[in-house]
Amino acid sequence: MTTAKADNVSLSWYEASARQRIDAFVDAGSFAELIGPELREMSPHLAIFDLPEQFDDGIVVGRGRLDGVPVLVAAQEGRFMGGAFGEVHGAKLTGLLRAARALHQDVLILFDTGGVRLQEANAGELAIAEIMRAVIEARRAGIHVLGLIGGRAGCYGGGSLIAGTCSRLIVSEQGRISVSGPEVIETNKGIEEFDSRDRALVWRTMGGKHRYLIGGADAFVDDEALAFRQAAIDALKTMRGCDVAVLEAEQKRLERRLQRFGEAADAVEIWQALGIDQPTGIPALPTAAFLRAASNRENADDAR
Amino acid sequence: MEKLSFRLTAPRCAGGTRTQAIVGVVASGNLEVLLERASPADMCTIDIATAAHGFGAVWDAVVRDFVARRSAGGLRISINDGGARPDTVALRLAQGVRKIEEPER
Repeated sequence: MTTAKADNVSLSWYEASARQRIDAFVDAGSFAELIGPELREMSPHLAIFDLPEQFDDGIVVGRGRLDGVPVLVAAQEGRFMGGAFGEVHGAKLTGLLRAARALHQDVLILFDTGGVRLQEANAGELAIAEIMRAVIEARRAGIHVLGLIGGRAGCYGGGSLIAGTCSRLIVSEQGRISVSGPEVIETNKGIEEFDSRDRALVWRTMGGKHRYLIGGADAFVDDEALAFRQAAIDALKTMRGCDVAVLEAEQKRLERRLQRFGEAADAVEIWQALGIDQPTGIPALPTAAFLRAASNRENADDAR
Repeated sequence: MEKLSFRLTAPRCAGGTRTQAIVGVVASGNLEVLLERASPADMCTIDIATAAHGFGAVWDAVVRDFVARRSAGGLRISINDGGARPDTVALRLAQGVRKIEEPER
């Protein structure tokens, strides 16, 4: 079946642009963009600061097919203003999530964001709130909202809050998920608390492997577009939905997790408490060996 | 932003049937180029919004060289520039024409 095939080319998710990710992710030739760059729906705020605009305001939204199934897709461009949310950027994602309810199609959000764009902070913060509400409303209507995280900008700030409302998250080692970024923590709490230039520290605290181990992400994949695609196809087949029982179970898990790991001063102590044989070896493990070592990980199970 | 506009006579018309193409990203030292079809077939218009002021003469040289060397006729090209060097601009323009000429799937 030619309609359900992806471009069979190896592509680093981390290195790729938003448009390259979509092209490699959905079935070949199936993507149709909504509110494309030719409509020039750009930020009304950036010109005030004499900052350059981008025709798609840093997010590509549209419809496509995944293994033959119609889906809606949004991809942030992490290189434009760090993939940050502004008014138009956010409105495009809110609109897509609302369309998902009307069309009854699942949504895939390809996160690559540092959070809210400071130049349009109020509009950006409102956008985050609107998106979270739209995600929850879509999920309550039976729509699955899948987050994919493995880009250069990671998934920080308001982006990480949105990720927290998604049905499932797929992450690569390169992906990072955290509310506050390394530099924010260092600025506010001091370099003794968090050295933002210590990349090993950043990755073992916020990186994909750690998030997967503590149930902050649900699937761990190689930094490959086709790996993200296959994980998304698998996830869409197995998700449960969002009801009170799921959320209460997750609340209990988080309380247990805090009790279990709350005293840990470093991620390695958490990995040790999880019963991993050689916790200091985790960052160096290739994917297959890491997944074997992660068999006792925390599991978020459709909420986090 | 400094805004620049060029309307140049193009010796060759862009091939292919795609209605538009976009390449690049607005970032430091980079730019995005949006190409759309517009008549007439022997003209190329290029509108630029750039963060780096005072380089009109360099832009003039780069876009004239592009229109002379590539198949740019019938295109309306719009650029958002984040302070890219001339070689990067020339590369993105060439990539843009190649992309709009790609066969449709």
